[in-house]
Amino acid sequence: MSLSEIVIDGRPKRMSDTSSRKPLARASTLSLGQSNFSRSADEIAGQSKKIVTREVDFFYEAKQALYKVTLDIPEHCVTALIGPSGCGKSTFLRCLNRMNDMIEGTTISGEILLDGTDIYRRGTDVVELRKRVGMVFQKSNPFPKSIFENVAYGPRVAGIRKRSELNEIVERCLRQSALWDEVQDRLNDSALQLSGGQQQRLCIARALATAPDVLLMDEPASALDPKSTAAIEELIFKLKEIYTIVIVTHNMQQAARVSDQTAFFYEGHLIEVGNTNELFTNPKEKQTEDYITGRFG
Amino acid sequence: MSQVEHKRGRPYARIASRTFALLCAGATWLCVSILVLLLWNIVSFGWDSLSWDYINRFPSRFAEKAGIKPALVGSLYLIGLTALFSVPIGVGSAIYLEEYAKKSRWRTLVQINIANLAGVPSIVYGILGLGLFVRAMQLNRSLVAGALTLTLVVLPIVILATQESLRATPSTIRQASYALGATRWQTVWYQLLPAALPGIMTGVILALSRALGEAAPLVAIGAATYVRFLPEDIFNDEFTALPLQIFSWTSQPQKGFHEVAAAGIVVLLVVLICMNALAVVLRYRFSKNKRW
Repeated sequence: MSLSEIVIDGRPKRMSDTSSRKPLARASTLSLGQSNFSRSADEIAGQSKKIVTREVDFFYEAKQALYKVTLDIPEHCVTALIGPSGCGKSTFLRCLNRMNDMIEGTTISGEILLDGTDIYRRGTDVVELRKRVGMVFQKSNPFPKSIFENVAYGPRVAGIRKRSELNEIVERCLRQSALWDEVQDRLNDSALQLSGGQQQRLCIARALATAPDVLLMDEPASALDPKSTAAIEELIFKLKEIYTIVIVTHNMQQAARVSDQTAFFYEGHLIEVGNTNELFTNPKEKQTEDYITGRFG
Repeated sequence: MSQVEHKRGRPYARIASRTFALLCAGATWLCVSILVLLLWNIVSFGWDSLSWDYINRFPSRFAEKAGIKPALVGSLYLIGLTALFSVPIGVGSAIYLEEYAKKSRWRTLVQINIANLAGVPSIVYGILGLGLFVRAMQLNRSLVAGALTLTLVVLPIVILATQESLRATPSTIRQASYALGATRWQTVWYQLLPAALPGIMTGVILALSRALGEAAPLVAIGAATYVRFLPEDIFNDEFTALPLQIFSWTSQPQKGFHEVAAAGIVVLLVVLICMNALAVVLRYRFSKNKRW
C-alpha cells in the first residue's frame, strides 16, 4: 500500500465516519476483567485511522530496535503496546511524536502518517507536531513550579499570554484529568507537593493543555499504587472520547482493562495486533500466547 | 569454613580499619590546624594596623599612614567587571556545548581544551592579556584590560560549572518541555536555566573569588602598585588591586609595611568570606523549592 493510497483512502473515510460513528456503548460481549468498556472489533474497524505506520525501521547507532513495524492506530480508541522489556514498544511510542530526535545517532525509515501526512517528511515542524501529539512519561515529571504554571506551560510556549484564557485552559485540563477538585484551592502551590498519583494526573493535564489530538502514555501508572492506578485508568476511559490514546504498559491486566486494540511487540517486531479481547482470549501467534499466559517476559 | 576464616581475618581488619580512620582524622586536623595557625598569625600581625582609617586611606611612603582604599576599590571594580564579561560568555558557551552542539570530534576537542584551560597557570593569561588587551586593543593598564585578563582566567571555570549544573538538571524536565511543544530556546530559558541557576551562581562566585585573589596576571599586564587616586575612567585610569598592593608591601624592607600587608590580607580574606557566604545563601534560597 503506497503513501498516496492511504492519504486518499484515509481522508474521506474519516470524514464520513464522523457522521456515522456508532454510539460509544459498552459493546463487548466477551468477559475479560473490566473490559466491557472496550470497543468491539467492529467498532474499531469503524473508526478512522488517526496514525498509520508503514514498515518503520529504527536504529540506535547500528543497533536495530524496530523491524518493519506496520500498525494502524484508530481514532478515539486506546491502543495498548505490550511486550517484554527492551522489545521496542517505548521506542515505537517515541517515534510517534519524534521524541527520539533528541537522542543522537538514531535513524528511522518507513512512514508514520498522522492524519495522512508523513511526520518525518522534510520540513515538518516538530514543535507543532508535539503540540498535536502529547506525551505522558513513566515517571511523573512536573516542573518545579506551581500547579498552575505546570499546566499553563504548554499554552504559554505556544504564545497564549492572556490570563483569562490561561485560567480557562488550566481549569478545563485539570477537570479533564480529574484533579480540579483536589487542587482548585492551591493552584499556586508547588507541584512537587502533590502525591505521586496527583503528580501523574497533573502531567496528563499538562499534556492536554496543548489541545493535542493524540495522547502518548509511556507506562503512566507503573510507579503508582493501585488506587492511583485505578484513577488513571478511569481517566483513560473518559479521555478516549476526546483523544486518541496510545499507551505502553508492562501490566497485561492494565492493557486488557483500558485498551480497545492491543499490539504485542517482541524483539523489535510487531508480532500481533488486534482487538484487545480477541488478542487476550484467542491469540493467533504462539509468541503472543506465551507472553500473555506468562510463560516468558 | 567461612566462619573460621572470618575469625582469623577479623583482628587485622579491625586494626587496619582503626588505623585508617585515625590517619584520615589526622589529615583533617592537620589541614584545619595549619589554616587556624595561618589565620592567627596574619590577624595578630596585622590587627594593630587595621582601622577604619586604614580602609579609607591611600597608600603612603610611610607605613603608619598607608591605607588600602584604592586597592579595595580597584578589586571590587575588577570582580564586578569580570563578572560582567565572564557570565554571559561563560554561560552562553556552556549552554551551546550542552544543549545545542551535536556530539562530534570538534565538540570533544573544544571540551577537552576548556578542561585544560582551567588548569593553565594564570601568568600565561596575563601575558596574553598584555599582548591582546593592553597593546593590541590599546586598553592600556586600565581596569577593563585587567578585568578582561581575569575573565580569561575564570572563563573555563564558569563554563565547566555551568555545564555541570545544566547536566545535573534531570533529563525528564527537558523531555517534558520538548514534549509540550517548547522550542529549544524556550526549554533553556524557562526550564533549564532556572533549574541550573543555583549551581551557576555558586560556580560564578567561586570563580570570582579566584579572580579576586589573582596577582600574577595583573603583574603581567603591568598594573600599578602605588596609586593615589580612585579609578574614574575604567578604560584609561591606572588601577591597583588587593593582591598587588599586598605583594608590593611585603616586598618592602621595613617591618611596618609587613604589618600593613597583613592587615591587607585580612581585608582580602573578609571580602572572600563575604563572597562565599553569598554563594551559600544564594544556593540555599534558590534550591529550596527545587526538589526532584
